[in-house]
Amino acid sequence: MSNPALLLLQDVLEEPKLIDWEWIGENFSEDILPALQGHIFLSFVSVGIALLIALPIGILSARYRKAYPPVTFVTGALYSIPSLALLAILISIPGVAIGPSPVIIALVAYSLLILIRNTVAGLDSVPPETKDAARGMGLTDRQILFRVELPLALPIIVAGIRIATVTIIGIATIGAYINGGGLGTLIFDGIGRQFPTMIIAGAVLATALAITADLLLLALERYLRPWARVRRA
Amino acid sequence: MLFKILEVYARPDFPEKLRQHIVLSLVALLVAIAIAMPVALMIRNTRLGAAIAINIGNIGRAVPSLAILALALPLFGIGFGSALVALTALAIPPILINASTGLREVDKGIIDAARGMGLSGNQILAGIQLPIAAPVIFAGIKTSAVQTVASATLATFIGGGGLGDLIVEGYSRRGPEILLAGALAVAILALITEIGFGLLERGFTPKGLKIAQKRRG
Repeated sequence: MSNPALLLLQDVLEEPKLIDWEWIGENFSEDILPALQGHIFLSFVSVGIALLIALPIGILSARYRKAYPPVTFVTGALYSIPSLALLAILISIPGVAIGPSPVIIALVAYSLLILIRNTVAGLDSVPPETKDAARGMGLTDRQILFRVELPLALPIIVAGIRIATVTIIGIATIGAYINGGGLGTLIFDGIGRQFPTMIIAGAVLATALAITADLLLLALERYLRPWARVRRA
Repeated sequence: MLFKILEVYARPDFPEKLRQHIVLSLVALLVAIAIAMPVALMIRNTRLGAAIAINIGNIGRAVPSLAILALALPLFGIGFGSALVALTALAIPPILINASTGLREVDKGIIDAARGMGLSGNQILAGIQLPIAAPVIFAGIKTSAVQTVASATLATFIGGGGLGDLIVEGYSRRGPEILLAGALAVAILALITEIGFGLLERGFTPKGLKIAQKRRG
């Protein structure tokens, strides 16, 4: 092992006390809460920006089918780059300083594939008869898109938002390595200070946040599918 | 810059880091398959079992990989073994979810027909359920493999070695060429894994299924 800090860490970790509740109580409002808030902020902003990019691209790819394969190729390539590697590549670009910005760029890059794919799948799921009926009623293309297609595609789009959000909350922890903030700060500080309580606090909160977001968005997805609820009842 | 990056790859410790990365990913993947597949097979005929497996799998997928790796540190100490345990835990959910849904989604009519022809439970499993579910199972293994190669980069934070060592070294010593060399090596390894397992997935799709897929368009 080349890193002497890690060797030291092993000695400290052999102490039986894993969670120091006193520390948690003392540092809750100073360390833990801001990290949690930072994490929510990072994830929220990234999903928001990603949606602003992915929705128009998804709508266009659903309409102009030839554009779809190259779009999935590029976003798929972005998605397959391991996150620590992508962050490292981003901060190597001249002019990109460490901090939240490269983390947000990486998180947006990771969400694009899922969001675009689900937008296209959602629009594809609208039955042609429904669109014909709307056209027969005299709706313009734009009206059909906003009043018929997008509302019907919404549950599948939200399913994409759900997967993207859970993925992003997980990857955002790694952003702390390049000073992006969030719950990863607790994990990396815990490793650096050889203090298991911080590691556990960060890891457990990040997991809880991901699972909470997953369940909330799942509830939203179900709520947006009233026809499925009727069928089940 | 390019020359400096290539110099990093010529360093005597590079092959060792690459080897660690591959061994970590491969062993974690194989152990995960050895755990997830028997579980998926055992629960293939029970609805409750499948529901439990899929829910556990979904929760498992929501857990951030850095969280699992970091939690392995206070529990199992630092080093390669600890990273291996964490990566194995991370590799299980996608395989478990795909194997149990793949096996459950085999058309009941086909199984009934096979039973009517006098095939035993094991014959149905080996001759019908597994081949038909194979593409879905392999898609799960592929997802898991790509994810494991990516997560193995984080092993460096708990002293597990691998190519992440180069990224950390480059970052902490402000050596942009080492940082980039590590990042590019990891990205290329992930890409090779993705393409390689994609080919495997195609290879494991039974001929009959491919023809059926083509006909359906």
